[in-house]
Amino acid sequence: MKYGVVVFPGSNCDQDMIYVLEHILGQQVVKLWHKDTDLQGCDFIVLPGGFSFGDYLRSGAIARFSPIMTSVIDFANKGGYLLGVCNGFQILTEAGLVPGALLHNTSRKFICKNVHIKAATQNSLITNSIDLTRALKIPIAHGEGNYFTDADTLKLLQDKDQILFHYCDENGNITPESNANGSLQNIAGVCNAGRNVFGMMPHPERAADLELNNTDGLQIFESILTLMHS
Amino acid sequence: MKFQAEINVMPKKEILDPQGKAVSSSMKNLGLTTIQNVRIGKHISLEITADSEAQAKELVDQACKNLLANLIMESYEFTIVAC
Repeated sequence: MKYGVVVFPGSNCDQDMIYVLEHILGQQVVKLWHKDTDLQGCDFIVLPGGFSFGDYLRSGAIARFSPIMTSVIDFANKGGYLLGVCNGFQILTEAGLVPGALLHNTSRKFICKNVHIKAATQNSLITNSIDLTRALKIPIAHGEGNYFTDADTLKLLQDKDQILFHYCDENGNITPESNANGSLQNIAGVCNAGRNVFGMMPHPERAADLELNNTDGLQIFESILTLMHS
Repeated sequence: MKFQAEINVMPKKEILDPQGKAVSSSMKNLGLTTIQNVRIGKHISLEITADSEAQAKELVDQACKNLLANLIMESYEFTIVAC
């Protein structure tokens, strides 16, 4: 399996993602520059975190029109696996690849801290091996992570089991206090209707190395590997 | 022909605008107690070369729909004048 991590001007979590995929998980990884259009035969594409194009206009709004995105959108529309983390999630929403939008945090503050999230379903490539009762400690680092969608779309997300993660407290309770950015119903991650495109605000790649004293994020990568290699 | 467009992009009414809310409350501190419901958006101006005003409007509309506004969270309106 070959993983591709897209690099936009202003991406800053690309190297962390590559480190985890390559050095922790032993996978083949290539960097894909945003001006290229060749996905180099990758089986799984990641849009990493950062501040693509300085978050000008809206987070992800400009990156969504980078040349590589034409190939990425085509890849996803044909069922290819695509994960967007943080700014990558924002780019996915701007491209219409997953439902919803990410508004400014209700506090208007950039929040960089460990939070807890709980997988809402095992029916996805990125959550299939995660214990649904366990709160995972994963960091967030964003100013615009307040997930929003209209009531009809929310109902569709619920009915079709497309909500992947909720913010929760350390015991796994989904509470208003544990919802750091004000997201609708504590939503921290979703997938598309085809279940091949995944977006999440928390950074699993920042919680996947023993040296960081937190490997909760590995559960997400291990879920991916379990199915990708089965 | 050249046209100038003045575009306003606003957060949708049903969406909480924390920036506007904070400014609303500082109006009280200023003593301007009758000012309320401040909402903050963006103003974008741009120039267009087009054959007619109708074509210019069409182009600006496309720009707004596809890039300048995110219709999930924002609405837009604009005016066009020949320059």
